[in-house]
Amino acid sequence: MKPPLFEYRAPRSLKDAIALLAGDSGAMVLAGGQSLIPALNMRLASPSRLVDIQHIEGLKGISVQDGRIVVKAMTRHRQLELSEAAHRANPLIREAMAHVAHVPIRNRGTVVGSLCHADAAAEMPMVLLATDGSVVAEGPRGRREIAAEDFFQFHMTTTREPDEIITEARFSVLPAGAGWAFEEFTRRHGDYAIAAVAAIVDRTSGHVSLAACGISSRPVRLRQSEEIIAKGGLVPDVLKAAGEAAKEAVTAPDDMHASTDYRRHLLAGLVRRAVEKAASRTK
Amino acid sequence: MNRGTIRPKPQAISIDPKVAVNLSVNGETVSAEVSVRMLLSDFLRHELGLTGTHVGCEHGVCGACTVIIDGVAARSCLTFAVQAEGTNVRTIESVADDDGSLHPLQEAFRNCHALQCGYCTPGMIMNILSNLESDMPMDLSEEGIRVMLSGNLCRCTGYQNIVAAVRQAADALASR
Repeated sequence: MKPPLFEYRAPRSLKDAIALLAGDSGAMVLAGGQSLIPALNMRLASPSRLVDIQHIEGLKGISVQDGRIVVKAMTRHRQLELSEAAHRANPLIREAMAHVAHVPIRNRGTVVGSLCHADAAAEMPMVLLATDGSVVAEGPRGRREIAAEDFFQFHMTTTREPDEIITEARFSVLPAGAGWAFEEFTRRHGDYAIAAVAAIVDRTSGHVSLAACGISSRPVRLRQSEEIIAKGGLVPDVLKAAGEAAKEAVTAPDDMHASTDYRRHLLAGLVRRAVEKAASRTK
Repeated sequence: MNRGTIRPKPQAISIDPKVAVNLSVNGETVSAEVSVRMLLSDFLRHELGLTGTHVGCEHGVCGACTVIIDGVAARSCLTFAVQAEGTNVRTIESVADDDGSLHPLQEAFRNCHALQCGYCTPGMIMNILSNLESDMPMDLSEEGIRVMLSGNLCRCTGYQNIVAAVRQAADALASR
């Protein structure tokens, strides 16, 4: 068997699950397993205890309320992708989701699991960031909401404490009339992004939201580019300048997929393209 | 030259925690005690003898181990057997009729020469089958079929004939 030894626990209540996490500093949460099980198979992770949360009541489902799309911890990627309510509330989610691995992986993998895994090139953390979303953490010290901006720290590192469980993610609903776009570059369908950009453009408020992944040690908001567009407007020269400014966010070193210079060039183009597309979809 | 001394094999100590699982595999109820770290792919192959499910990369890339869990395609190498508790699993062994007559999808693979070595084929079939059986309409454009197949790697065929087989199978099933 490829995975290392671990103790398996499948609690029925959130309280028990938190106690099991708190009781073993080497414990990890198992949800869909689509990132954790490969890591176990390659022995990159060796938790002493796995806390399987799939049988816990109340951790399933999607609801749209008070301007937020609430995605519970055991909701699979594919369920969010196919949810008509979520799609009506924010079409950026479905557009980005088509790029998350492949359907058989999305059938098992959970959205919250992907957020907690926090791969710097993964799409859903970037979408959470672009929509000013948040997650809810529950632990022995109670319940807290963590803004996406404060959640993602570094490669596979978040501000979740080891004894906390992220019980839900909250994506913001797209403002009325706003446009959206997701642009990604990969060599093969379903791969992690070499670079990707999510854009939301709201002509009514003049607000532009831009986030990128694959270019740094975590998903990043492109604040400087947002400001340039907010000040200069949706005209070609300004979009070009916004793309150029985005290059500064690239910190990923040269790797087997792309050099830093290539990623900078790619990101500038993706930013321009994403904003143009989002602007064309505004009402 | 010191060749070393031959030592007796250390006694095998298994501290692997075990757990009971109950699930349905190809319509049959299965109850077993499994190691908690046993992958569903290994459970199907080694414990149940259902070796039609193939194991390629064991980290979710190649798609050879694809089975259908509760109606949707999933990687059996990225699922622990214990996670399949209470589910309904279908493998390639369930696809042809008991008398050996092939499913229209398998027939189409044969007609179109959609396999060569055949290693990826069980995973391909289970993925495509889950789409053919789904309520959602299939995108039968070249692009749509290729996106559907994107999670299944084939190193022999170049995919052309697999795309053709998907179309032929969809046509055959639609005209039934």
